[in-house]
Amino acid sequence: MKREVPLFLTAVIGVFMILSFFVPHQVVSVPGQFLQLTAVIVVACGYVLGGANVLRVNIDAIAKQQPGWIYKLVLVLSLLGTVAIGAIEGSQFLDPGRRSRWIYDTLYSPMSATMFALLAFFIASAAFRAFRVRTVEAGWLAAAALIVMIGRVPIGDALTGFLPPALHLSSIQEWIMNVPQNAAKRAILMGAALGVMATGLRVILGIERSYLSGED
Amino acid sequence: MSLHPTPDLSVWVAAFLTLCIFSFLYRDNPFYKFAEHLFVGVSAGYYIILNFWTVLVPNLGEPLLASFQGRGVVTARDGMFAASLGDYRGWLLIPALLGLLLFTRLFGKIGWMSRWPLAVIIGVFAGLKTTGYAQGDLVAQIEGSLQPLWTGNPATTINAIIFTVGLLTSLLFFFYSREPRGAFGVVSRVGIGFLMVGFGAGYGYTVMSRVSLLIGRFQFLLGDWLGLR
Amino acid sequence: MSPLERLARLDRRWIFLMMGILVLIPLLWPLRMEIRPTASSKTFHRAIAAIPDGSTVLMSCDYDPGSIPEMVPMTRTAMRQLWEKNCKVVVTVLWPGGPGLVDKVIEDVALADFPGKRYGVDWVNLGYKPGNEAVMVLMGQGILTAFPNDYRGHATRSLPIMQRARTYADFPILISISAGYPGTKEWVQQVQARFHLPMVAGVTAVSAPEFFPYVQSGQLVGLLGGMAGAAEYEKLRNESGDASRGMDAQSLAHVFVALCIVLGNLVPRRRAGS
Repeated sequence: MKREVPLFLTAVIGVFMILSFFVPHQVVSVPGQFLQLTAVIVVACGYVLGGANVLRVNIDAIAKQQPGWIYKLVLVLSLLGTVAIGAIEGSQFLDPGRRSRWIYDTLYSPMSATMFALLAFFIASAAFRAFRVRTVEAGWLAAAALIVMIGRVPIGDALTGFLPPALHLSSIQEWIMNVPQNAAKRAILMGAALGVMATGLRVILGIERSYLSGED
Repeated sequence: MSLHPTPDLSVWVAAFLTLCIFSFLYRDNPFYKFAEHLFVGVSAGYYIILNFWTVLVPNLGEPLLASFQGRGVVTARDGMFAASLGDYRGWLLIPALLGLLLFTRLFGKIGWMSRWPLAVIIGVFAGLKTTGYAQGDLVAQIEGSLQPLWTGNPATTINAIIFTVGLLTSLLFFFYSREPRGAFGVVSRVGIGFLMVGFGAGYGYTVMSRVSLLIGRFQFLLGDWLGLR
Repeated sequence: MSPLERLARLDRRWIFLMMGILVLIPLLWPLRMEIRPTASSKTFHRAIAAIPDGSTVLMSCDYDPGSIPEMVPMTRTAMRQLWEKNCKVVVTVLWPGGPGLVDKVIEDVALADFPGKRYGVDWVNLGYKPGNEAVMVLMGQGILTAFPNDYRGHATRSLPIMQRARTYADFPILISISAGYPGTKEWVQQVQARFHLPMVAGVTAVSAPEFFPYVQSGQLVGLLGGMAGAAEYEKLRNESGDASRGMDAQSLAHVFVALCIVLGNLVPRRRAGS
């Protein structure tokens, strides 16, 4: 019951979704659409569950006064505050002028952008400390990286503008992207597609059961 | 160039939080920790309320409530379970129940019940991804690879040959059932060469992406905050 | 100690500082290096130019504030090109962090350059739905089923723009501006492959290389990659936006990273534990 029912559900629904790709008849399309809508609703509940779990873990840490609990208090208060304000403001909570909109524009948006902006510094540091060319293959990688990096930006043409157009760095990087890089990426795409199809079938047939992890 | 800092307090708050996060580059510090935890809290809260108002209410709550009165999208039909394409009425009790079962994960003893909604999600996505990858990434890509090697133009002919050689050797590199020795070993090494060029190009584009994000932040600080013109 | 040995012990914070300075300087004092559009950007521009005037177009803006510098300029320029052709635009946002941002971006373009464009008539933001591929396929069978309300809480059934935009068959093209998953790849797999809707895409630079095979196979008829792609698109449209203004800084930063790679290979290798 605890494992068999979920495995059965996965198998039936998975086969049905594959069938819906080939059969447009409403006998398949109506239940298929219903299943997709069900997945959308359950995933939305999953997001709410995720938020609730964050709350549970951090409230626990505050109660036990674990190291850094003051920061976890900031986390919990900001979470509850955002939810409360959004709940009060209703379905148009992101309209201009609303407090929820202020939270999104002033807190969420700039911090989200800045977190990712830090990566630029780390990529430069990693390029210096970790990018080691020790083999011929790594040399190919480095050469391609350097040509594409410089050729993709205006300075590439500024440095090689005196050469014939076919030898401009931008032309060489375009050739690299359209021919050898394209070939390699296509091979990876096709290989990954076979892998996903195999894994999908394994999940549907109940051979892959890792999503049922946990005690019975 | 002149300085015109904005009078908008919200922009000053955003700039302060931006600098708090940048301070991590010097070293971990209370300002960064504060901003980091504030970001996680606000993000989690925003995701909860967004999914509530954009999905749970319009896609579940409102149609379900209407169905209790026998109403639905298709006004010509009455009945709580008189479903049709796009109008599922009382049948929405099923996803509602599955969504509630998901929350049993928080309670140890009955946590196993959360496997049922997970099974539904896994089944839907396994089916969609299998056909999506098969059609979009396998069949269409094989179709796109069947190009004429001789195009009439020497440059494009050479490119087509290099492309085909690169594709085949890269694919053969992934054939792990056979040891890469002899002729197969040579083919495999050529494939590795193409793959390395691909990864190098990807690295170059990744650098571009990361640097762009930094440029965006600096544009905000210089333009929106300090008003440097 | 030789200079290279000293370099081997360099505190990474000096690298951070150099990176920051090299990005800052061209933003303050532009070098005005010429931007040359590539074939890829030209096909994107041409594909949108080929859309019949007055059509209703589907645009999926699948990004959040973490990708503003690459995605927002593409969105703005595409909206201007579409509205110049009097096209109506149905927008979806499949990233939870995105709907507020995308709404503001499009609203700002309307207010600044197209004050006559009206929400609900000339454009609509359907907003966000979770479910990734499931939403894409669900839309194929009925957009109103997936989105009974739009981002602003209006019933989509009542909006003038949605009267002739019910399924993918009602659109001549899909424009995917995407920063990752879910995004262009999923639109290609679930919508272009299943419903044969022509597609163009603007993607972040980090994901752009994986979409070149889709362009070569014809699954995408145009592709913009990263801030450089956005800048080229602006150049093709004779516009000067944030992307164009950032390319000088991009150039210097790339040269710096290239130097880091070269120098990093010249310095003596550090022994483990030193």
